[in-house]
Order: sequence, then structure tokens, then C-alpha cells
Amino acid sequence: MSEALLEVSGLSVHFAARQAWFRTASPPVRAVQDVSFSVAPREIVGLVGESGSGKSTLARAILRLIAATSGSVRFEGVDLLGLEGRALKNVRRGMQVIFQDPYASLNPRMTAGQNIAEGLLLQGQSARLIPGAVADLLHQVGLPRDAANRHPHEFSGGQRQRIGIARALAVQPRLIIADEPVSALDMSIQAQVLNLLLDTQEQRGLALLFIGHDLSVIRHFCDRVMVLYLGRIVESGPTEEVFANPRHPYTRALIDAAPVSHPARRRARGALAGDPPSPITIASGCAFRSRCAHALDNCRAQVPALRHVGLQHLSACIRDEF
Amino acid sequence: MTALRAPPEARAADAGSPEPVLSLRKLAVEFATQGRSFRAVDGVTLDVFRGRTVALVGESGSGKSVTIQSIMRLLKSPARIAGGEILFRGRDGRRRDLAQLDERDMRTIRGNEIGLIFQEPMTSLNPLLKVGAQIAQAIRLHRPVSAREADAEAVTLLRQVEIAEAAARATEYPHQLSGGMRQRVMIAMALACSPVLLLADEPTTALDVTVQAQILRLLRTLQEQLGMGVLFVTHNLGVVAEIADRVEVMYGGQIIESAPVDGLFDRPVHPYTRALLASLPDADAPHVPRRRLAVVPGQVVDPRHVPPGCRFEPRCNFAIGECRTPPPVAQAAESHEVRCLRWSVL
Repeated sequence: MSEALLEVSGLSVHFAARQAWFRTASPPVRAVQDVSFSVAPREIVGLVGESGSGKSTLARAILRLIAATSGSVRFEGVDLLGLEGRALKNVRRGMQVIFQDPYASLNPRMTAGQNIAEGLLLQGQSARLIPGAVADLLHQVGLPRDAANRHPHEFSGGQRQRIGIARALAVQPRLIIADEPVSALDMSIQAQVLNLLLDTQEQRGLALLFIGHDLSVIRHFCDRVMVLYLGRIVESGPTEEVFANPRHPYTRALIDAAPVSHPARRRARGALAGDPPSPITIASGCAFRSRCAHALDNCRAQVPALRHVGLQHLSACIRDEF
Repeated sequence: MTALRAPPEARAADAGSPEPVLSLRKLAVEFATQGRSFRAVDGVTLDVFRGRTVALVGESGSGKSVTIQSIMRLLKSPARIAGGEILFRGRDGRRRDLAQLDERDMRTIRGNEIGLIFQEPMTSLNPLLKVGAQIAQAIRLHRPVSAREADAEAVTLLRQVEIAEAAARATEYPHQLSGGMRQRVMIAMALACSPVLLLADEPTTALDVTVQAQILRLLRTLQEQLGMGVLFVTHNLGVVAEIADRVEVMYGGQIIESAPVDGLFDRPVHPYTRALLASLPDADAPHVPRRRLAVVPGQVVDPRHVPPGCRFEPRCNFAIGECRTPPPVAQAAESHEVRCLRWSVL
């Protein structure tokens, strides 16, 4: 797969569990385990999971904001995990991140314009050209020119997310990792920001890794979707196929649990029992078996591998009848 | 199963009685700071009946949570009730205006006849007290039972909110429980005194979807058992579709549309409701890659600076000059009201 923009293979992130001095070393928290996938140029890939699934940890490991335990992350063919210093900076410029809460990632003491200009300066853009470039970026994300002189707290949540997007775009990335970019926004503002992301994606030929928990947004937005459960991908495939024909019991449960779009579609469903278990104590075999209505004795034997259940559709369940 | 049951007098009063358990009449809440004041809630009128769920849906600044806080009389300065009535019909069938009650009388109602659950249970549970003891405390606050009886009832309640190994869980502290389990504990506590009205302020917003589905289902089951009225505040129209019998859509401190849940989703009338429903990705429509969503333009109205007429007018695609004066409430269909001048021509 030489054409992949981002290629993640066998990526694991383990955290040392908190140690108590009187206790012997406890096993590490396995937040991300043996995750492999790729993102092609211009592709929009969704990553779905509940809290504790490791989706944000995975994003941070790809960006090398936290250290991976093993595996590789290749961006445009270069393995990031082996890079340091300037070389890492250069590669990382090609991918940018947008967080759920832009307020936490914008410098509150700098104006919106200064926040956006930072990336341009790092790129070595001459100071003379920066005001014009900032104005262009503000225009692209639908903010007025005078927004450049205001501070982050003077904007609404949706406008701050626009500033976050403008700042990400400033360094001309090829990939944007969007970690729950609309979850904190009012519902009438979510569509505005989603459309803006689609427009930018199209105009700039970007690839997007879109992380979220809202299935209706993921389904609407993504070409391909990956479902993460306790640090492992349990199902992946073309969005429409996964939603129309989910093969892993967890994916099915997630789809069933999502709120309906009309009261007439309310169903007397058997909601999935139990809470997502903690990554500190993952059971042997299939991590989902403790909540799975279809679990067999065999499910505890080993971690089920991702198998092809369709041309590009993979599922990690040993049972065929789903 | 002694803990959760509708009091017999409530059932009797309920049978064939069309009187709502809660009626808000032109409720107004004002925030006043340094000579400037604004109305976060401006003339809210609604009814909640026993055994029914009313969803109060809105975005940030719509006034939905402030409405809940004023019913419970939990408003803190600089917020105060500036007008209107909060008519509550208690177990004894008597109707009282909660807006006029003093704190002592409110205490006999709060947590007893009216239960409240919030978005974040961790902030309302005592971290230093075992959850069973907290529920027992809530029981003994309002009912003359012995400590031992209260402890036993607490375990029964935990069982009824479907917590496995309830007796063991009762001896744990809030931090030892998952988010979903904590929300169940809070529901158990809210229901400890068999309230006739439950106020729920975004109770599933912080939860994962699979846990949200469990909690919504639990609330429906409990409502059937107890016959209480529920006022459910949410920003999520999917949750509304799941749980509501009736919907009140709030925008800028006012109810702008009010309808039975089917009517609202089938034939939304107000331009805001229509735009909002159109802007949601539809999980049941065919998947069209990269399709743009319909957009509600502009920013959510700031309650401190509301426009003089229709609150939605600056964002409305159908606004005309007359929309700059306050629109009347019109009857769009049976028990379907809308605060829009132009609803009939749109």
C-alpha cells in the first residue's frame, strides 16, 4: 500500500499502572492494542468508540503527543516513531489536529489572529505576508476579518472551533485528525462546522481521521469507519456496509443504542447490559465477551483476529452467523 | 419490594383526573447585575401530567436548565423569579404555587414530592459517604423510619434501578462506581420518597450511548411503575424522540413550539424547529457520501441581548419586517402551539 497517506501498523500504547509502594508491579494499562489501518489521500475515515475505548489515545499516539509502546506510524512513507527533533517537526507539520474543546488548545492571551499566525511563523512565512494570510484563512472558515484582533474568550464555541480549524489549515496539512470536533457545540452549530470541514477537505484535498462517539455524525461524514473497543479495532469497513450490515455484536449494539431519529422508530430493544469495562482489567480472549449476548466458551480462548467478512469489511468475532 | 410504589392516594387522585401535577404559568426568571438585567426565562407556560414525560429541549442559553432550577427553587443570586406561577399539585391533591413558598416549606417538597437528577452525578453525591448510606439519609430526611429500615430500603432501591449485587454496592463510595452506575444511584435517591414529579436535567448527556440507552429505558420503566410526571431537559433531539410524550422547544428564554412528540417530528411548524430537525444527520436516510447538511445560519441567541421581536428573527430565512415585534402564540394543530407570525404561510 504505497499510496497510503497514513499507515498505522501494530500500534500499541501501554501506560504503567499507578504503583503503590507496598504492592508488586501491576500489569500496564493497555489503552491501544495492536491497531493497524491506513488512510488514503482525500479519504475520510471515522473512528468510533465509547469512553475508555482508546480512541483519543490512538490519535495522540499517531501525532506523537504520547509515546507508543510498539508498532509504527508512517506518514507519507516516513516512520514517525523513529524521528526526533527537527525531522519529527517537519513530518508532523503535514498532519494537524482539531480538539473537542478549542478553548483548551487556543492561547487565551493571544488574539485569534496571533493564534493562527503561529503556524505560519513556524513555517518560516515572512512576517510581511502574515496579516494577509490570516485574513484569507479567517475568510475560508467563515469568520469576519476583524475577528483577527479579538481574543478566544470573545467568541462562541462554534466560532472558536472555526479558529481551531483555521489554525490547523495554516500549515498546509495533508491530514487532519479531528477528535470529537463538534461534540461540545450546540446542535444548530454542529452542521455548520461539519459542512466547513467537508468544504475544506474538498478544496484542499485533505484526508480526515474523524474521531467521535455520535454514530449519526460518523455515518453521515465518513467514507470508511472503524469501531474501537477497549483499544482494539473490532470492526471496520465502508461506512454504509458497516451500518447496514454490522457483523460484530458490539457494533450492532452501538447502532441499536443510538437514539432514534423519529419517535415512531422507538424500539423495545434489549439494551446492551453493563458498562464499558475499564482497560485496566481486560479479560482474556474477546474483550467484549463479558457483555456479549452471543458469547461462547471459545470466546475466552484467544483474542479474535480481524477477518474479512466482505471485500473491505473486517470483523473480529469468531462467530460467523452475525 | 416496598421502596418503589406509587402512593395509593396518588393513584386514586390520578385516575380520571386531567389535572396536571405541574403547571408553569408565564414563568419569568431575571438575572440582575450592576443595574443591568435580562430575562433568562421569559413567560414560560407548560403542563406536566402524571405518567407523562415532557421534554424541554433547547440549546445553550435557551433557559431550559434555569426553568428546572426555578421549579426546585434552587436559583442563586443574581437570578430570581420575576413573575409567573409554578403550580404544583402534591400527593394530597392540593395545588400550591411554589414561587410563593418559603424555604422551609420547599424543603418538605424538594427531594420528597419532587425528585431531581442532574447531568453529573459526581457533583451531587457525597464523595465521603457510602452510596447506600446516602440513599438512606434521603429516605430518613422525609420519612419517619428507623436507620435499619432505611438501609434495607436503600438496597431495595438500588436493586430497582437495576444495580447488580445491590447489597455489596451499597457499601461502596461514589468514586468506586462507573458513570452509569452513579447515575443509577442518583435516580434511586431521587425516587426514594416516591415523588409525583421527577425533574431530569440532561441526565444522560455525559454517558456513553450504550449506557444512555440503559438509563432511558430504566426511566421509562420506573415511570410506568410509579406513575410520576417527568420534566426532562435535553439538548438532544434523538433523546427527545426516545423518551418524550410532549415536547416544548425553547429558544432565547421562550417556548417557541409545543406539541405532542409525533406531531413535532412529523410536522414541525416553527422555522427554528424545522431548521434544527433538517440539520441533523438522519440515521435512517440513505447514506450519501459528502452530502452537506442543512444549516441553521448564525449564532445561538445570547439571552443577555435578545432581539425585540421574535427571538429567532435574526437567523430566520423567512423573517419579514413584522417579525421585529413579538409574535403571538398560534394554534397550529390540536394541542400544537407555535410562536411565529408566519407559520401558516411557510
